[in-house]
Amino acid sequence: MATRVGMEVSLAVSEAVRLANADVIAAYPITPQTHIVEHLAELVANGELDAEFIPVESEHSAMSACLGSAAAGARTFTATAGQGLELMHEVVYVASSMRLPIVMAVANRALSAPLSVWGDHSDVMAVRDTGWIQIFTENGQEAVDNTLCAFRIAEDKRVLLPVMVHLDGFHLSHMVEPIILPDRKDVDKFLPLNNYPLPLDPSRPVTMGDFAPPSIYTEARWAQEINLEKSMRVILEIWKKFGDKFGRYYKPIECYRCEDCDTLLLTMGSFSETAMMAIDNMREDGKKIGLFRLRLWRPFPYKELRETVRNAKNLIILDRAISYGGPGGPVASEIRSALYPLARRPRVTGFVGGLGGRDISPADFETIINRGLKISNDGSNREFEIFGVRE
Amino acid sequence: MSTRTVDTKERFAPGHRACIGCGEALAVRMVCKSLGDNVIIVNATGCMEIVSSQLPYTSWMVPWIHTLFENTAAVASGVEAGLEALTRKGLKNMSVTKVVAMAGDGGTADIGLQALSGALERGHNFIYVCFDNEAYMNTGIQRSSSTPYGATTTTSPAGKLGIGQITWKKNLPAIVAAHNIPYVATACPSYYQDLASKVKKAMLVRGPSYLHILSPCPTGWRCAPDNIIEISRLAVQTGIFPLYEVEGGKYKLNFNPAALKPVSDYIKIQGRFRHLSENAISLIQQKVNEDWARLKGLTKR
Amino acid sequence: MAKSTNKAKTAKPPKPDDQLTWKELEIGSIATRPGSASRYKTGDWSSRQPEYDLSKCIKCALCQTFCPEGCVKSTDEGFYAADLYYCKGCGICAKECPRKVITMVEEKE
Repeated sequence: MATRVGMEVSLAVSEAVRLANADVIAAYPITPQTHIVEHLAELVANGELDAEFIPVESEHSAMSACLGSAAAGARTFTATAGQGLELMHEVVYVASSMRLPIVMAVANRALSAPLSVWGDHSDVMAVRDTGWIQIFTENGQEAVDNTLCAFRIAEDKRVLLPVMVHLDGFHLSHMVEPIILPDRKDVDKFLPLNNYPLPLDPSRPVTMGDFAPPSIYTEARWAQEINLEKSMRVILEIWKKFGDKFGRYYKPIECYRCEDCDTLLLTMGSFSETAMMAIDNMREDGKKIGLFRLRLWRPFPYKELRETVRNAKNLIILDRAISYGGPGGPVASEIRSALYPLARRPRVTGFVGGLGGRDISPADFETIINRGLKISNDGSNREFEIFGVRE
Repeated sequence: MSTRTVDTKERFAPGHRACIGCGEALAVRMVCKSLGDNVIIVNATGCMEIVSSQLPYTSWMVPWIHTLFENTAAVASGVEAGLEALTRKGLKNMSVTKVVAMAGDGGTADIGLQALSGALERGHNFIYVCFDNEAYMNTGIQRSSSTPYGATTTTSPAGKLGIGQITWKKNLPAIVAAHNIPYVATACPSYYQDLASKVKKAMLVRGPSYLHILSPCPTGWRCAPDNIIEISRLAVQTGIFPLYEVEGGKYKLNFNPAALKPVSDYIKIQGRFRHLSENAISLIQQKVNEDWARLKGLTKR
Repeated sequence: MAKSTNKAKTAKPPKPDDQLTWKELEIGSIATRPGSASRYKTGDWSSRQPEYDLSKCIKCALCQTFCPEGCVKSTDEGFYAADLYYCKGCGICAKECPRKVITMVEEKE
């Protein structure tokens, strides 16, 4: 029987890991992910989750232990944030290029320096190219549902790639929300046992991690790229299966009041729900503004994006990370690049805001949208606008 | 004990690309014989990894994984935990499979020390084998904290102003023993029966065990390839590399001669020490004497 | 005679790395044939090879123990001989043989 609980989202993510019957958890505490790890330790200590909990001595070792565990064929989970994601950076690449199914929850956090434990997307943007499947969540239910889906996607024989589930640090991780926790039996039916095809096993010895001379490295990389691209089909299939079973459907791009709109705002993560309030207010004032969100960040949903913005004239993109000395907003730069081949494409205005935990209210979103429209109509040629900085 | 009692099956297959006369390849070969087939090897980046695993080939006859340089003990922890969880849940039966981490001195004493310390403290059931050729040999003979005093390397070269490595070799077995793990031992390919018995002992330990194996490198030590067994024998006989075990915290010397040979016997046949003055050599002799006395004192406790 | 390395030498080799297509790579570039590297003829490296005076040999197998390649095999009579397909000519066996059975000589064609 599914239960409806009022629970902090971090704890709910741990509950999802419990429902998924993970085998190994190797994690290092870092604000704002600590509650996920603490609750998992508690679940293991109380016998509610039968897993090996490895309290590793750093995030680099956390992801390294995950490599070993996944290679042994165990269902593997970890969680991190900000600096932790940076510390494990080189290992993150290895997880995907060695095709090891690992699920990692990232409580998105700003990067030092200066030190900030508060949320933004800079940690995510630093791992864009690492080859992981990456899913953004906006509320607690999505975080739980996508953690469950992540295990199934990662371990699917047609995929065999690690998956990141992103939730905003503090803004989502520390919120208490109403969440429906599925029944364990239903999860068992949805989530087959992990059956990694070539695990480390003396009965069938394999060698993992050969080095590749220039004559073969390109082929290895291309194989990895094709595999990530092809995983899109499996992700959509599994999201559909999840929806059919649990009644909640997820899509790579989700629209809110996008019908008959000239102008669309793009947000990612929990700020989307705040943006929805701004959209509602502006609609009430008669302005035709809609909101679309990228749920699936990697593999990038080119087809769905181009379809969504087909009739729009203006796109206003909110980035919560900054790429210095370059495009400013990483998401905006990717959107621009994705739309470039189109004969007819909307004008794109990029905003960078919500850095280091800086809140953005519905009124702020209205300001952003209005300013974005002004810039767009003026034809200003700036790479991006910073929002909310005190001059 | 006849050498014919040693297992003849080669688990580190010939055709690997180690240098002519490689002491580390020999040590790996010896260790693998005693490990048997029911192991999973986790290997660091380094000489042995490179010479044995060029895509799409492999020299390894047992399951083997290499990921990065400094995380061997962490990956081994993950493999061990994975096997533990899967066995407990009845999904696999790997209760007798031993996880064996293999790394060089660089991957253990320097960049890999954190992961090693963490894995030892957490008490994972695995063997960690450090193959010590006393420098970063694979990348071209750069110094590590395991390079002995006075040895010339490319990043601690002997020159007009320098005598090569100016620090003393990090005592890894002591650092590991300070973690109070069940079994720590040093070994050397020249004393192959001692090495084999120590590997077998480590296999039987429930918890972490550590083997530190001197692996002469003719390329980096600048000695004749056919001389590596003699050199590693002298390393033991001069007290430069004592053979001992720490079992449950108790020290035991495996090779305890009435008198140690002079260190110059060992030093003078290696090109990496060729530049050392008599003063430097007597300094080394003094340190060896002190360390030997301290080690003998530890065995009396 | 050890069979595994002989099989590796004569078995159909996996395609060399500069001919493999991306589709032919295993998932995660995993190598699935244990010991496949044994097709590599390291014997080409040597400039000298061991020569045996078996009249002195006491069959102690120390030459087999100390070979870094692991290529010294026992013969049908119980003596030992290096497999020249792999022997790199390091000379450790000659140096360590307690009865001086082995001499390293210039490589014969």
